[in-house]
Order: sequence, then C-alpha cells, then structure tokens
Amino acid sequence: MTELFLKGHRACAGCGSVLALRYVLEALGKDVIVVNATGCMEIISSQYPESNWGVPYVHCLFENTASVATGVSRALKHLDKEGTVVVIGGDGASYDIGFGAVSGAMERNEDILYVCYDNEAYANTGLQRSGATPFGSATTTTPSEMGGKGEWKKNLTFIAAAHAVPYAAAASVAFLPDLQAKLKKAKQKKGFRLVNVHAPCTVGWKINPVKAVEVARKAVECGLWNLFEIDDGKFKLSRPVGEAPVAEYLKMQGRFKHLTPKQVETIEEHARSVKPELEKLEKANVNFQRFL
Amino acid sequence: MTEKIMEGSIAVAHAVARCSPDVVAAFPITPSTHIPQELSRIQPEYGFEFVPVEAEFSAISAVFGASAAGGRAFTATSSQGLLLMHEVLFAASGTRLPMVMVVANRAISAPLSIWNDWQDSISQRDAGWIQLYCKNSQETVDATIQAFKITEEARIPVMVCFDGFYLTHEISPIDVPEKKEIDAYAPKGKRDSLDVGDPKSFGCYATPAYYQDMKKEQDDALFASAGIIEKHAGKFAEKFGRPQFAFIEEYKNDKDAAIISMGSLAEEAELVADEGLAGVVRVKCFRPFPRDALKKALQGKKRVVILEKDVSFGLGGALATEVKSLLFEAGLAPEVTSIICGLGGKDVSVKNIKEALQEKGSAWM
Ligand SMILES: Cc1ncc(C[n+]2csc(CCOP(=O)(O)OP(=O)(O)O)c2C)c(N)n1
Ligand SMILES: [Mg+2]
Repeated sequence: MTELFLKGHRACAGCGSVLALRYVLEALGKDVIVVNATGCMEIISSQYPESNWGVPYVHCLFENTASVATGVSRALKHLDKEGTVVVIGGDGASYDIGFGAVSGAMERNEDILYVCYDNEAYANTGLQRSGATPFGSATTTTPSEMGGKGEWKKNLTFIAAAHAVPYAAAASVAFLPDLQAKLKKAKQKKGFRLVNVHAPCTVGWKINPVKAVEVARKAVECGLWNLFEIDDGKFKLSRPVGEAPVAEYLKMQGRFKHLTPKQVETIEEHARSVKPELEKLEKANVNFQRFL
Repeated sequence: MTEKIMEGSIAVAHAVARCSPDVVAAFPITPSTHIPQELSRIQPEYGFEFVPVEAEFSAISAVFGASAAGGRAFTATSSQGLLLMHEVLFAASGTRLPMVMVVANRAISAPLSIWNDWQDSISQRDAGWIQLYCKNSQETVDATIQAFKITEEARIPVMVCFDGFYLTHEISPIDVPEKKEIDAYAPKGKRDSLDVGDPKSFGCYATPAYYQDMKKEQDDALFASAGIIEKHAGKFAEKFGRPQFAFIEEYKNDKDAAIISMGSLAEEAELVADEGLAGVVRVKCFRPFPRDALKKALQGKKRVVILEKDVSFGLGGALATEVKSLLFEAGLAPEVTSIICGLGGKDVSVKNIKEALQEKGSAWM
C-alpha cells in the first residue's frame, strides 16, 4: 500500500476515520489536493510544523470547506493546473454547520470530490450530537439520562442525490474494496461527487478499539447503514440490505447501553422497514436527476 | 488617460477585470451589487472564473481557496455581507493569503438600513487586513489596481472601502486604465501554492509554542506593508500620471485647526477648508494606521476635530480613539473634538461640519 496519509498522526487507537482516510488517499493517488474541515482529521494530522499529508493540503475553517474547495477547483481550472480537489469533512462539517455551503456547491455542480467521514458526532469537541447521530445514541448533549438522541439521522447521500449531482455513494470502512471502487469511479467523473463513509469513533461509540471494523460491518449487516450509489441519478445497492437483528449492533456499543427494550424495538422496526423501500427504489429504476 | 462618464461601481468592476483575476466570487448586497453584476456581464470578454455563490461566507471562502491554489482572487460586498465573512477574514490574513475585496460601505442592522456609514468595515479593523478608504471613485479604481500589487507582495489581504451610494452609485468622469497598461504595472508573480508537483500543507494549527510568534510575524508584516503600499502608490502615480495618496491627504492644512476624517466625508470637509476655517487631514490608510504621517500632519495644531461615521459602542468613534492614542504617543495636546455623524445615511452638510468645529468634547450630530 502506498501511504499518502503518513504515519505518526495523533488519532486515537482504532480510529475508523483515519482508516478511511488512508484508503481514500490510496485509492485516489497522488494527483489530488485535499481541502480539510476543522475536526478530528485536521487536528490529528496538521500540528505545525508537522503534517501527515503526502499530498497538497489546505485547512481553513469548520464550515466553509465546500466553498474553499470551490475556489481551489475554479483556480486550478483557470490556471490550467492539475489535480482532483478532494474535501475531507466530518459529519458535523458536512451535515450541519457547513451544509449551506455543501448544498451551494452541489447545486452549482462544482468539480469537487467530497468525502464525508461520518463518525456520527462532533468528536473533536467531545462527542456532542450531530445531524448524523443515530436515534437513541447517547452523546454528551443527548446523554443517556435523557434517553439518548430522540431524532433519526439525516440522509446526506440522498440529499446529495436530490441536488442531481453526478455521483453520490454511501460506503463503510468495513468494506474497503467497495469504498475504493466508489472513489475510483467518482474520480473519473466531473462535477460534484459525494462519497459518504461510515466510520466508527471508538471513544464516542464506546467500543473496544480493536472492534471498530467489526462494529462498522455490523451496522451494514443489520441494515442501519446501507451501501449504495446513485450514479448519474440511478440508485443501485452495492450489497443486499442486511437483516441481522439491530440488537447485535447496539449491544456492541456503550453509546446504546441505556436503551430500553422499547427503544431497541423502535430501531429494529425502523431497520426492517428500510429494506423493502430501498429494494423498490432499485427495481423502479428511478432517475434522481429527473426530479428537478 | 481617457476619462469616461460612468458609475463608480461599474468603473471598479472594469478595473478588477483588467487586473486579470483568476477567480471572482460574490453574492449580492446593496450597495455593492453592481460590482459583481457588471463583472458577470463582462466575464465572457475577460474569461476569469465567476462564481455566483450562495452566501458571502462562501464568497470569501472561495476567494481563500482560489488564492491558496495560486490564483488572483477578488470579491466585493457591503454591510451584513462583510459581517457574515468575519470569521474567514481572520483565517485569510492568518494564512497570509493575498486577495482583494472592495467594500461598498453601508450601515449595519438593526435597525436595518441600506444607507452609508463605515460601521461594517471599521468593525473588521482587527481582522489583520490592510484597509484603504477612498474619497471618490477614481481613487477607488486606482487603489483597487494597486491593491493587487500590495497584497501579492505583502501577503496580506487588502480591503478597499468606498462609500455606499455616495460613491458606488455616483456618476462621474473616471479613467480606468487599459488592461495592457495594468498588465505591465501589475504582472502576476509566482508563489507557494497548492500544487500536486510540490505537496505542501497550508493552514496547519499551532500550539502555544508557535501561535504567538506567528501572530507577531503577521503584525510585523502588517506594519511593514506601509513600505509596500507607499512603493506601489509611487509606481502607480509614475505609470499612470495621477498623484496618489498612500496614507493620508492634507488639504490646506496650514491652520491652527484640523478636521480629520476619511472617505467622501473628508472630501466634503474640503469645502469648509476652502472657507479658511480649518485644514483637512484625510486618513486613507486606516490599517496599517499611518502614525508617522499623522504625527507630522498634526504638529503644532491647537485643535483637532474628528468626523466619522462609525462608533465603538461604549467608547466613542474608532478613528478618534486611534487619533487620541497617537497624539498622546507624540506628546501633542491639541483640544480634541470627536464627532460621530452620518450613521445609516444621515445627511452631513457643510453647515453641519461648520457646527462641528464649534463643538467641545464628543458629540453626535
Ligand atoms: C464556527 C465553529 N464552531 C464550533 C467549532 C468547534 N468545533 C471544532 S471541530 C467541531 C466538531 C467537528 O465535528 P465533525 O465535523 O463531525 O468532525 P469530527 O470532530 O467528528 O471529526 C466543533 C464543534 C469551530 N471550530 N468553529
Ligand atoms: Mg463527526
């Protein structure tokens, strides 16, 4: 493996997002320019005067990465310079605070490959709730005393598809060949491309650091994170929607420890209802780019 | 030199286009709107990338990205738009990225007002940008062209401010130099940038071991930019045959009393000077603050009256505060009057300025 994300970073043991990053860069190769949002991946990799980035890298702020990437991409075009512009942003940066900028860049179909690493919380600031935190999860702002988060997770990949972008895909660090295939496909395309990667945070999810990949795999196997792509508007499942009981996934993680049987049942019902819907969507051969 | 009768904003837009930007990103807000509109209209002729973003926060962020990628980048805004950019202004100056922004000065909400004052850009005075305040559209055009040279040499962003409506919408004879003349005055140089052939990291964070040293370096660079501002004003004057004021302009400043102001208000005060009531010292460069030039201009004054369209709430006028600190430092003790006026487009007439000369202490008018 040619490592473009270099050793010596400051991430926690077993960090799912770093795993994602290493494989993202390996799949994309050297001719990329990374624009990184404030968050864990920035803080663990870019402490002056050191850097773990083997490719050109720029960090500006938390909530403007899609717009900074817009400027980089437009300047490269006008200056006739090489490079695929790749955003690395967390779920907080992408689903929440920077969402307006992400939506604007999608609508303008800026030539950007946007990689969101979704660790389902604002990890860097101490694991607060985000729009990507799943129902029931305890975070430091939806504590177990409150019963965890009361709302469902946003679906950023479908939101991207609703902008009729050329490519939007959901991937996972537990399925690295699938993640890399999606990135390689996205790299060949022009315009706004999103690859949304489910990446466990061992500290936030309260899991054994050696279990990050196992937990990520279980999320897919029980249908709570589904692998698919929406390529030129066409939805396609990357693997059959998982049917394992959600309890198997929930009980692996301290963030769900407080859940009542009723809450587990609610999540189970939710997961079971997803499969037929996604299958209908695939069979119907709906073109997302024709909704507008 | 060929003067044409044109609107201030349109002249600025043409000046920017002739500076060969790589990327222009902007979002509409009165009274700056005509600048990006005109730039989008003439974009096909010049070929720069025009990005009509979804918010000012993104406009300045795209400019940040374009600059990091090695491009020459521009935006324009006013009022709420500039305030929305606030966080990015610090990131841009701290990352030492060159860029130029024209600010069409406008009041800040609440209460909402589209009319002119300087509260928007004065509120950004500590963001680490060079700030130039122009007295008319011709000076704004000239300063904008110089700004690209200044920012690229100093690696400090430059904000060129001119009064909303009074100047942005004023129609007057203006000379916008031709592109090939500007190309010769302001050719693009090479600098470190995002480049796949030479991977570097930009925007790294700093621990306490480095942070303050970096900020000191930035502050030193802002002070040192005075030399760069002066040099390019001189070169511009030489090439285009128009005298330039780098830091301040003195007008009939041989009386015991001096009016100190900025922008088009200072130009209006010249009418009072014409009656022999006081001299005028106009501050064009607010950051870096022109301490030396002002100390010289205020030597021997018995009275100084500062007129400004901004307020630091709970303290007083921002310009007056700077002037008072400078007088103290220089051991000068004229009687000082600080007047806050013209907020939200409130008219300031020649009669008002004469009345201001009679005021003591501080007053709003
Ligand atoms: C405007 C602003 N608000 C808040 C913060 C503090 N902050 C820094 S990173 C972060 C959370 C990042 O969350 P996410 O994007 O999910 O990335 P992660 O930390 O999980 O990697 C927050 C709240 C900030 N830097 N800027
Ligand atoms: Mg996160």
